[in-house]
Formats: sequence, C-alpha cells, structure tokens
Amino acid sequence: MTSPSATADVLTAPAERGSDNYLTHDKGILSWLTTLDHKRIGVMYLMCVMGAFLLGGVFALLIRTELLTPGRTIVDHDTYNQLFTLHGAVMVFLVIIPGIPAALGNFVLPLQLGAKDVAFPRLNLASWYLWVIGASFMVISLVTNAADTGWTFYTPYSTTTTTSVLPALFGAFILGFSSIFTGMNFITTMHKLRPPGMTWFRMPLFLWALYSTAVIQVLATPVLAITLLMLIVERAVGIGIFDPALGGDPVLFQHFFWFYSHPAVYIMIVPAFGVVSEIFPTFSRKRIFGYKFIALSSIAIAILGFLVWGHHMFTSGQSVVAATIFSAITFLIAIPTAIKVFNWIATMYKGRIHLDTPMLYALFFLWVFTIGGLTGIFLGVMSVDIHLHDTYFVVAHFHYVMMGGSITAFMAGIHYWWPKMFGRMYNEKLGRIACGLLFVGLNLTFFPQFVLGTRGMPRRYYNYLEEFQGLHQLSSLGAFLMGIAFLIVALYLLNSLRNGPIAPANPWGSNTLEWRTPSPPAYYNFHNTPEVTEGPYEYADWVYDARVGGYERKASDGL
Amino acid sequence: MAQSTAEQLAERTPPESGGHAHGDEHAQHPFLAHHFDNPRHQFESGKLGIWLFLTTEVLFFGGLFCAYAIYRSLHPEIFVYAHYYLDTFWGAINTGVLIVSSLTAAWAVRNAQLGERNKLIFNIIATIVLACCFLCVKYVEYSHKFHDNVLPGRHFNPTHEAWELESYKKAHGEHAHVGPAHGLPSQGVPVEAPPPQAAVPPQAAVPPQAVPPQGVPVVPAAEPQATGAAVPGAPPVPGAAQPPAPMPGADGHTAAAPGTAKQPPPGALPRPRHVSVFFSIYFFMTGLHGVHVVAGIIMWLWILRRAIRGEFGPQYFGAVDYAALYWHLVDLIWIYLFPLLYLIH
Repeated sequence: MTSPSATADVLTAPAERGSDNYLTHDKGILSWLTTLDHKRIGVMYLMCVMGAFLLGGVFALLIRTELLTPGRTIVDHDTYNQLFTLHGAVMVFLVIIPGIPAALGNFVLPLQLGAKDVAFPRLNLASWYLWVIGASFMVISLVTNAADTGWTFYTPYSTTTTTSVLPALFGAFILGFSSIFTGMNFITTMHKLRPPGMTWFRMPLFLWALYSTAVIQVLATPVLAITLLMLIVERAVGIGIFDPALGGDPVLFQHFFWFYSHPAVYIMIVPAFGVVSEIFPTFSRKRIFGYKFIALSSIAIAILGFLVWGHHMFTSGQSVVAATIFSAITFLIAIPTAIKVFNWIATMYKGRIHLDTPMLYALFFLWVFTIGGLTGIFLGVMSVDIHLHDTYFVVAHFHYVMMGGSITAFMAGIHYWWPKMFGRMYNEKLGRIACGLLFVGLNLTFFPQFVLGTRGMPRRYYNYLEEFQGLHQLSSLGAFLMGIAFLIVALYLLNSLRNGPIAPANPWGSNTLEWRTPSPPAYYNFHNTPEVTEGPYEYADWVYDARVGGYERKASDGL
Repeated sequence: MAQSTAEQLAERTPPESGGHAHGDEHAQHPFLAHHFDNPRHQFESGKLGIWLFLTTEVLFFGGLFCAYAIYRSLHPEIFVYAHYYLDTFWGAINTGVLIVSSLTAAWAVRNAQLGERNKLIFNIIATIVLACCFLCVKYVEYSHKFHDNVLPGRHFNPTHEAWELESYKKAHGEHAHVGPAHGLPSQGVPVEAPPPQAAVPPQAAVPPQAVPPQGVPVVPAAEPQATGAAVPGAPPVPGAAQPPAPMPGADGHTAAAPGTAKQPPPGALPRPRHVSVFFSIYFFMTGLHGVHVVAGIIMWLWILRRAIRGEFGPQYFGAVDYAALYWHLVDLIWIYLFPLLYLIH
C-alpha cells in the first residue's frame, strides 16, 4: 500500500510548528467567540464541559459528604434534594451528552475524515452558544432556589414544587437544540465531505460511533424538546396535559421523557465506544479486529436504543405485555455491545501493548463498562427490577456506565488527542498515577452501592439506617479519592499547556488522518484535500523515531 | 434554524492562499464556502441538512400528535364534544391560505433557479402576505375563544355549552333530537340508567385508580367504541351523578369541574369531564404551529432582502429552496392539524 502525494503533502509540516496553526491564526478573545473553525469550537466546548464537570463534581462530593452519616451532616434534606437534582442535570445535559461528541468530536471529526471543516460551521458555533445559554439557565435555577425534582423532572411533582424548575427545564430545552445542531452537522459532514477514497468502511470507528450518535441526537432530542415544552407550559399556565386533576396523564410524561432519555444513554456511551475503538488498535500496534462488526454494532445500538424506553417504567403501571417486550429488546442490546467488547479484546490479543495513559484509560473503561453493562441486564429482568427499582443498585449501575464508561472514555480521549489539540505532551507518569487512583476511587465509590441497593437502600434518600453507614462511608471515601485524582489531572494538563514538551505530529503511531497534520493542526486542516487509499488501522509503515519522540511514516512510498 | 444553510457561510470565506485546490471555482462564486468543492456540492450538503432539520421538526410535532392520539383514544367523547367550539369555516379558509402560500413558495424556488428576480420578489412577498393572513385568521379565532373563556387546562370555563353553539345546531338541527344517525356515541344513552361504574370511567386517568388496570394508554383504546353507548356516555346530569373526585390536587379548577356544566336539553350531548384537555392540545398544537409560521415569516423576510439584492440565480438558489422546504412542512403540519382538530366525527 502506498500513500499518494496528496497525503504526503500534509505530512510535510511538523517542523513548521508554531508558524501558523489554528491556535495562533487569529488573536484575541473575539476571534475565538466568533470563530467558525471546528477546532476552536471543539476547544471552547472542551473548556465549558470541563467547567461544568467541576460544578457537577462539587455537587457529587457534597452529596457524598452529606451521606457520611445518617441524618443531617452538612446540609438539610431540601438542600440535599436540590444537590442531587443539579448534580444529575449538570452531569447529563452539560457534561456527558456534549462531552465526547461536541468537544472531542468537533475537534476530531473533520480531521479524521479529511475535511476542512464540518458542513455547517455557523450552525456549529450556534450550537456552542446554545450550550452556553442553556448552561446559564441551569445556573439561574441553581442560584434562585434550585430545582429539587431529580434530573428526570417527573410530573406531578415537577409541576407542583415551589423550587425554580422552570429555568432548569428551559435550560434543558435549549441544550437539546445544541445537541440537535451538532448531530445534524455531523451527519451531513460525514455524508457530504468525505474526501476521495474515504469510503464508509475506511472511516475510523470513532466516526462511525459519532454517526450513530448523531442519528440518535437528531431523532430523539426533538421529542425531549416537545416534552419539556409541554412541561414548561403545564407548569407556567396549567394546561393539564400531565395533570390527572385536569384529565391529563403523568405516566404519559414518563413515556415521552424516556423515549428521549433512554436513547440519550446511547448518545452518552456510543461515542465512548468510538474513542476506545481508536485507542485499542493504536496502542496494541495491531489492526482492529472485526472492523465492520464494531462499526455496524454502533448502528444496531442506535436503532435498538429507541425501542427500550419502557424498561424505565416497569413499576409505573404499564401493561405486562408491553413490559415483557421492552424487557426482551433490552436484552438484545447486550448483543451488539458484547460484540464490541469481544472485538476489542481480540484486537489486543497478540498485540504489542503499550500502556500509555490513553490505553490505561481504555482498559479501565473495558473493566468498569463491562460491570456496568452486565448489571444493566439484571435491571432489564422484570422480576429483578421490581426489587431493585429505585435503589442504590440502579445508582451504581448507571454510574458504572456513565462515569466508568462515558467519563472514562472521555478522559481517554482527552489524553489521546491532547497533544494534537494543544501541541504539548502532558506528564505521563502523573497521568498513569491519576488513572490508577481513579480506577480505585470509582470502584470504591460505586461497588458498595450495588451492595447497598440489593440490601434495600433506596436512591435519592437523605437519611438511612445505621446498618448502611459503613458502606456509605466507603462510597464517600471513594468519591473523595476520585476528587483528588481529577485534581491531579487538571493540574498536570494545565501545566502541560505552558511547560509540557513539544508534541510530535504523531506521538502514538496512529494511522488516522488527524495524526498526519502537524500538532496543533493548521488553520485549514489540510493544505490539499487528502486522498485515502487504505484503512485507518494499518500500522506497518509507522516507525518510532526517538529524535522527534513520536512516530514517522516510513519512506516506503518514495517520499 | 432553517436558515442554517451552507450558503450563509459564504461571506465569511477568508481569502485563500494560492495552494487551494479549487481556487478558481471559489473565485467565481462569492457564496461558495471554502470547505465545499463547487456550488453543487454546497447545495447538496445544505439540502441534506435541511431535510435532517425537517426530520427533527416532524419528531418535535410528533410528540404532540402522539399525545393527541392517546387522549383521543382514551376520551373520544371529549373530542366529539369540544370540536363544536372550533370554527370549521375559518379553519378551512386558513387551510386554503396556506396551500396557496406553498404554491407561491414553490414558485419562488423556480424563479430563483431561473434568475427571475422580479417574479421571485413577487412570490416571496405573496408568501409573506398569505402567512400574515393565516396569522390574522388565527388571531380572530383565538380572540373569540379567549372572549368565551374557551381556554386550556384549569382556565377552561366556557360561557356556552356545546349544544348552545351555532355549529352544534347546524349539525343537529335547531332542536337536537335523539337518534343514532348523528354518530355520536353518547347520544342514545338513557338518562335514567347510567351504570354506576360508568360515572367515573376507568379511562378518566386518575392515577390512584388507574394504575393497576390502565397499562399502556393504547390498550384500552378500543373500549369506548366497542361498548358503544355505554361507557363514554357521561351521566346526563353530570354534576349530580359525579362522585366527589378522589384525585389529589383536585382543587383550583372548579371552572372545569363538571359541577358547573349546565344541564343539557333532552337528547343533547352532555359535557364530559375534562373537556379542557382538548383545548390544551388544541392551543398547544396550533400555538406551536403559529410560532413556526412566525419563524417562517422572519425567514422569508430575510430571503426577500437577499432576493432584492439579486443574490440568487441558477448557480445559487439553495437558501430559497430550503426556506420553501421548511414552509411546505409548516403547511403540511397544518393540513394534518385541520382535520384532526376541526373535523371530528
């Protein structure tokens, strides 16, 4: 295989770093706020998402501190309700949903695809502004008697409570459009801006994952939007669509809500699959195993994800027939998911595994996501779910998936693409230490919650029985450990921006197109449109060069 | 929203360095964004984008249509009773207005493709005028309902019962008589013999009672039709026959409570419980549609400004095309709303 001259062109530039890249192309804060460059928008998203993550994390630590003892520890019960509501809403709507697609995806997608930008750069910028506006409404709710409904906004409580639910609802409504715009942009980009030779089955798996995610974003989020709008009007005017006193049906709200919010779970996790699908082959120096299966299983998850919302409502008075069907389809989702896990393991088999920080996070992901996924099967079984419904078992399950899956993959992605984004290497040793701490902290936090749940500890409770205190304290200890780990990550990443070693163009020896641009990439990504002649996971031509501290492509094609 | 077409990016196109692969083509087309190869590439990308956007719009309204379907299947008697409050004449006029505006919108696209600037401007203005006509009619309808307190949810407190309305008399003759010919399920219910259970039909969506048997709302859908006259026929003296509502939070909506309904004349349709649900759905759906019409007008004004500047021609007409597609969807949604809300039988 050879890489034709077009690809060679983009290879030329590493030495010219600093002369003109997307970070230095324009100067001043205004050039950032009005930028149409997908890379800058991605970076702005990244900063915002990390800021929101800090906020949501502080809420989480306050919750865990409160739960150190039964009864009051630091806050009263009403404040506690507000804390877990905002923790959930911030983490779901502001962090995990935009985390990988909007922050990492925006930066990486056109580069990996070989395009100069996303299809609609203005829409892209608009989606970032919508994120900011939506986040502002969340903050307004926070400072004006924060909502205490839980992030799910179930009626009739959400229409009757005196806390400021409206700003939170409105914030989530606007954030939905931010997500829709990103999804529309990504789908169009992947359909229309693929360069010559970039066939669907030569696309990196991260792009397949983003494509599936975008389909869910476009098809599911509007339903959330209309649901929230109905709830807003219901609360503001009292139209009674969800109010039984006026002939409405609160269970209908749950149907609508989960019709979005279950697919939204896949908006959160499918991009994570994409990130680790890039990392496993790169750090195993081996072609991905079962490329098409991984690619198409993302699509399968996206489709099946629309048909399982009822498993959130086994106890809400839905018919047994419906519940049985929902339960069966829920089991089906395990199949494409397991296909991915087995393919990743097979990729590593007989590979030369490099345990750099991104790979450590990917392995971490594999472990905890598998636990999270398998406990999901427990909850999909109706008879078991009746017992475990609304207990800490559920809390532990979705934190293993959301935190252990999405956030861990987000961390993996940040560490993987950081050198490309900012042109600097971070401290590898600290990276590994923090990753290890996170692994211990996460399991310490959430594994005891499985035990608590099976013993009957209900979720969202402020108070608990004395006998649960030991496990609760273990869980809180784990949470503090994670807090420390994230602090370390923040410190060394920020430090790397100024003091980190200059990153080579391709520090990991990846073969996807973004690594053929200089670090950081040029303003226009590619001087000439690249032409693709091979799959994304061919590593034979990349050899490590100690002088540049990264991989260089062998001159086998006569360059 | 719908204006999010690739074209708008064009004026932001920074000057290209000499190495750009398509430098020549870009120099010829001032509206060609730097990341597209040629005008056709840009047009097709925008087209896919607008179709995706329309998909989200369909799903956005889809939630409401779903709510409509569920409530209509649970409470058909409400929909039959309430639709008499809607003015079919004005609704039909509005349907015609929107269909004609779709024609002018489609015509405008053709004008843009052929570079017929004056005809394009005329058709855009015609579309805007028709859209404004639609909103005026909607205003007349809304203000009439506001005047008569025919309002959604807890604000529902109509000054007239359905049988007092012209539309009802027109449909049933000046003195409504009993007979199966009306197709109204509750018409023939004998006054004296409402089954005790029927007083609060299980479909009344009262959660404490409804939880065990209700299940997915679709399930009991067939019941009202199947049992014909028995179930949905609310007791002819609704106020007297209703047991006190066992629901929580039943206060504060006395306006909608059946107790205030006037007694119907013999044979007339009594007011079922929770008629306000219909008007919640009516105002929500038509209101949201109206917001889309307003957004459409703003969008057309923007297109008009660009048309006056002479920006559209055979090489560049995408924005008009996308605007028209959006407009057709708004039209189409109304074409569904009109029979679903106005023409119930």
